[in-house]
Amino acid sequence: MATPAKEAKAVTPAAHAVEIRNLHKHFGKLEVLKGIDFAVDPGQVVCVIGPSGSGKSTLLRCVNLLEQPTSGRVVLEGVELTDPDVDIDAARRRVGMVFQQFNLFPHMTVLQNVVIAQRRVLGRSAAEARRIARENLEKVGVAAKADAYPAQLSGGQQQRVAIARALAMNPALMLFDEPTSALDPELVGDVLTVMRKLAEEGMTMLVVTHEMAFARDVADRVVFMDGGVIVEDGPAAQVIGAPRHERTKSFLRRVLDPTHTDV
Amino acid sequence: MTEKSTATEPSGPAGTPPGRARLSPRKKQQISRAVQYVVLVAVVVFLVLRIDWGGLAQNFAKPEVAAETWPEVFTVALKNTIIYSVGGFVFAFLFGLIFALMRLSSVLPYRWIAIAYIEIFRGLPALLIFLFILFLPLALRGFEVPGGTYGQGILGLTIVGSAYMAETLRAGLQAVPKGQMEAARSLGMSHSRAMISIVIPQAVRIVIPPTTNQFVSLLKDSSLVLFLGVTSEYVELTKFGNDLASTFSNATPILVVGVTYLLVTIPLGYLASRLEKRQGRGR
Ligand SMILES: Nc1ncnc2c1ncn2[C@@H]1O[C@H](COP(=O)(O)OP(=O)(O)OP(=O)(O)O)[C@@H](O)[C@H]1O
Ligand SMILES: [Mg+2]
Repeated sequence: MATPAKEAKAVTPAAHAVEIRNLHKHFGKLEVLKGIDFAVDPGQVVCVIGPSGSGKSTLLRCVNLLEQPTSGRVVLEGVELTDPDVDIDAARRRVGMVFQQFNLFPHMTVLQNVVIAQRRVLGRSAAEARRIARENLEKVGVAAKADAYPAQLSGGQQQRVAIARALAMNPALMLFDEPTSALDPELVGDVLTVMRKLAEEGMTMLVVTHEMAFARDVADRVVFMDGGVIVEDGPAAQVIGAPRHERTKSFLRRVLDPTHTDV
Repeated sequence: MTEKSTATEPSGPAGTPPGRARLSPRKKQQISRAVQYVVLVAVVVFLVLRIDWGGLAQNFAKPEVAAETWPEVFTVALKNTIIYSVGGFVFAFLFGLIFALMRLSSVLPYRWIAIAYIEIFRGLPALLIFLFILFLPLALRGFEVPGGTYGQGILGLTIVGSAYMAETLRAGLQAVPKGQMEAARSLGMSHSRAMISIVIPQAVRIVIPPTTNQFVSLLKDSSLVLFLGVTSEYVELTKFGNDLASTFSNATPILVVGVTYLLVTIPLGYLASRLEKRQGRGR
């Protein structure tokens, strides 16, 4: 199984931005991912939905190897990350990740947050890194806060800085793990607006979210996970509008607030 | 506890109303306070009458002897105390950080070494470590601690301090949320780069108040340099006080030296608690 993969890597150009094959993840005896298969094409936005504990975060964390998969393959732009010979740090540069809890570096200003990895990882000059940082802060609408510290920002602003920080590394793929779940309701919109803009610009995105309106409007595909397996994977309108599986239907009935079902 | 319950049980079923305090709680408090004042006054009166104040002043606060300590108490003794304790602190911090990182390492032998070091040197009296350094040249023939007397004193304080510092820094490193390392790694930083740029700076901030206290305690432990048998220009406060006290057969230098320690330790202790409060608010 491993040999044809290596050949494929060498011969064919990467058709998928990221490809996940037969991915399993155990935490001790607990099997959290039970054979996940799917791929995201360049420019695609894929939303992952599913009940709490279904393994959505674990899946995302396996894609950039914050968790080491127990078995299976993760192939990013034709490079197999799960290959032990691959330089993980180099591979991770191509994947941006946005966390539910923002995880900004609290001892650095907003600008330094966006500059540090550009300098230390990509080796950009200070001037270039700052220029790129400002561009990206501009893009997410927090340029005015460049010299503030994260603690001085609202949650929505912090999350947008976190997005700018990831974008400054020119990622081929952006991962979002419930980026708006820790936000006050009135701040969710700003972050989703930024994400919509990114999607329109053609960024490849894999988004775990409970925002069904966002998934329906922005995602090319929606993946419904339950109990560590993909139950349903299809066009957003179909999975959310006309789910085929009973588990998807009952999940959607639970999450779709009555006030939102009219659309 | 069992005694109490058995004592009160009979009174319940017997139907006697719960014993009414003959004195109101406030009255009781007043009486208690009055008793405390009476005791205090009695002790003070006793001391004032019984102690030979003149003799005491002659022995502990003799102006002529105090004058003799000047200015060397600051220019030599305090200066050396600060050299020993700052030197010891810097190295204790560095080695403490190394042992803390080893303690958290995924390489098992590193963890063992760190645990052994920490447990051994936290469990030994500081004086024993200084005596060990004193006898080191006997054990290792031809071995000399670099830096001469300063080197020996600083080495002793480094060993005394680093084990504690390692535990403090380990707690600081563990107090940095896991998401910080994950965010750094997801930006492509290596583990060591993330440690250096992201985790360690935050850990150091967290441990500033406790390490300030550890500096104070190293400063006090620097008095053990006394046992290294140091001479004139290397004496620190305690040795300085001890020597002058013997010369004059008078305890005044000890008092002078004590006050000099307090001039440094009290403000530092105050600073540490201020930093602690500020951090408590900031987090
Ligand atoms: N590091 C870990 N060690 C042990 N168990 C873990 C670990 N991380 C996750 N799990 C378990 O794996 C399961 C899936 O967790 P995961 O966080 O992937 O779910 P999720 O779909 O993201 O849920 P949520 O919507 O609540 O975020 C849960 O049962 C969780 O307790
Ligand atoms: Mg999750």
